[in-house]
Amino acid sequence: MGQLELVDTLSGHSGRVWDVSWHPSGTLLSSCGEDKTIRLWGREGTRWALKTILTDGHQRTVRESAWSPCGNYLASASFDATTAIWDRKSGQLECIATLEGHENEVKSVSWSRSGQLLATCSRDKSVWVWEVGEDDEYECAAVINAHTQDVKKVSWHPHVDLLASASYDNTIKLFREDPADNDWSCVATLASHESTVWSLSFDRSGSRLVSCSDDKTIKIWKEYLPGNSEGVVTPGNESVWKCVCTLAGYHGRTIYDVCWCHQTDLIATACGDDAIRIFKEATGSDPNEPIFDLVETVHCAHSQDVNSIQWNPTTPGVLASASDDGLVKIWNFKA
Amino acid sequence: MTLNLENLNPKLYRKCEEREVSKYEEDDDIVDEFDSREVFDLIRNLNDPEHPLTLEELNVIEQKYIEVDNKKNEVQVMFTPTIPHCSMATLIGLSLQVRLLRTLPPRFKIEVKVSPGTHESEHAINKQLADKERVAAALENTSLIQVINQCIDVEE
Repeated sequence: MGQLELVDTLSGHSGRVWDVSWHPSGTLLSSCGEDKTIRLWGREGTRWALKTILTDGHQRTVRESAWSPCGNYLASASFDATTAIWDRKSGQLECIATLEGHENEVKSVSWSRSGQLLATCSRDKSVWVWEVGEDDEYECAAVINAHTQDVKKVSWHPHVDLLASASYDNTIKLFREDPADNDWSCVATLASHESTVWSLSFDRSGSRLVSCSDDKTIKIWKEYLPGNSEGVVTPGNESVWKCVCTLAGYHGRTIYDVCWCHQTDLIATACGDDAIRIFKEATGSDPNEPIFDLVETVHCAHSQDVNSIQWNPTTPGVLASASDDGLVKIWNFKA
Repeated sequence: MTLNLENLNPKLYRKCEEREVSKYEEDDDIVDEFDSREVFDLIRNLNDPEHPLTLEELNVIEQKYIEVDNKKNEVQVMFTPTIPHCSMATLIGLSLQVRLLRTLPPRFKIEVKVSPGTHESEHAINKQLADKERVAAALENTSLIQVINQCIDVEE
């Protein structure tokens, strides 16, 4: 058992806050939402204070923002069908590029580990991979039309250039570039959820991922490499991802976000029932049939739906959340 | 508004009586929780997108298909399209949602669904209406919000 304590409440957005994203240093947080702004919050002692408001990047809701691994760039995905790239090398964030091409709302954006690739996805059902060139040039490397519905989330693998996407079509798909012809293609479809998959998160090894859904469950998926000792058949010499655990009965409504901490291995969820929950893997649980225990539930963590949850990348136990109630909250989990 | 009406001759239903306001309800010291009749009153006079009639007159909504749970902060409204292939069903559902979002306190989780078995695309419509991200995006569409505003333009 543990305890999640509220550290700070950050108000300022008008209307729903859709997303929070930590800077790789863990000392800066970006939030974005319905009011079309991106806000940056910095630590001042034990409190968090507003540092900057970016107002002129988008014409409509900003759905998600993401920091590049080097920490110099911020990408923002908007319902206005564009993705903006912001550069902070000069000290202030300046919009240096606007990526266009999606037919309608951009739902998510993610940087690859190297920072050389960027992925976006949209209600137009496609996933785009962008190559980051020299002189801040962004070139579309692939348009992948593998999903049959609205794509909600894209997330890169923590170590290799493998991209995962989650969709309204209830599936998760994995994409990789074929070195022979530089074509990006779908290498796995993870089917098991019974409704929209809203989000996903890899563990620190990258050999497992957790997904969350409108079906009120979270699922743990494990990679089985070709030649695995468990005897899982791997057609075409491609890894197979199998659902090895389903956590049902814990969430009262749609689960909008999930985050697997790379420092503590704890899983946090953001739910439409206003609660934040934390799960921990049982010690000695079978990797092929793992057991996860609910170690903390904060009911009424926000006064409305919790949309986004993210563990701080440098300080273990620190968590940020965003809600329809217009607030961003900072939490500290003590095991 | 379309000129080619899908349902040329909709069946008309009698409106229910106005609610009598009791002295009990006028007493500000008494906590008066939301009930299905109050929610019904918020949406009964919404306009049908095709006909110069209200959703109540077309029997699209009925008080018995409204559930309110004050403890859980849940409001569920089931509506019945006039015909099983009604192309206006999603628009009607969105109008109901917008009206309730604008009038009920934000603590309420509002669910708008097609009554089971009354529309061919029931599952797809329900999934779309339950997806708050797609609803939010739809409500940023200026031409769509104009149509919705016409539907929910009711006298208070």
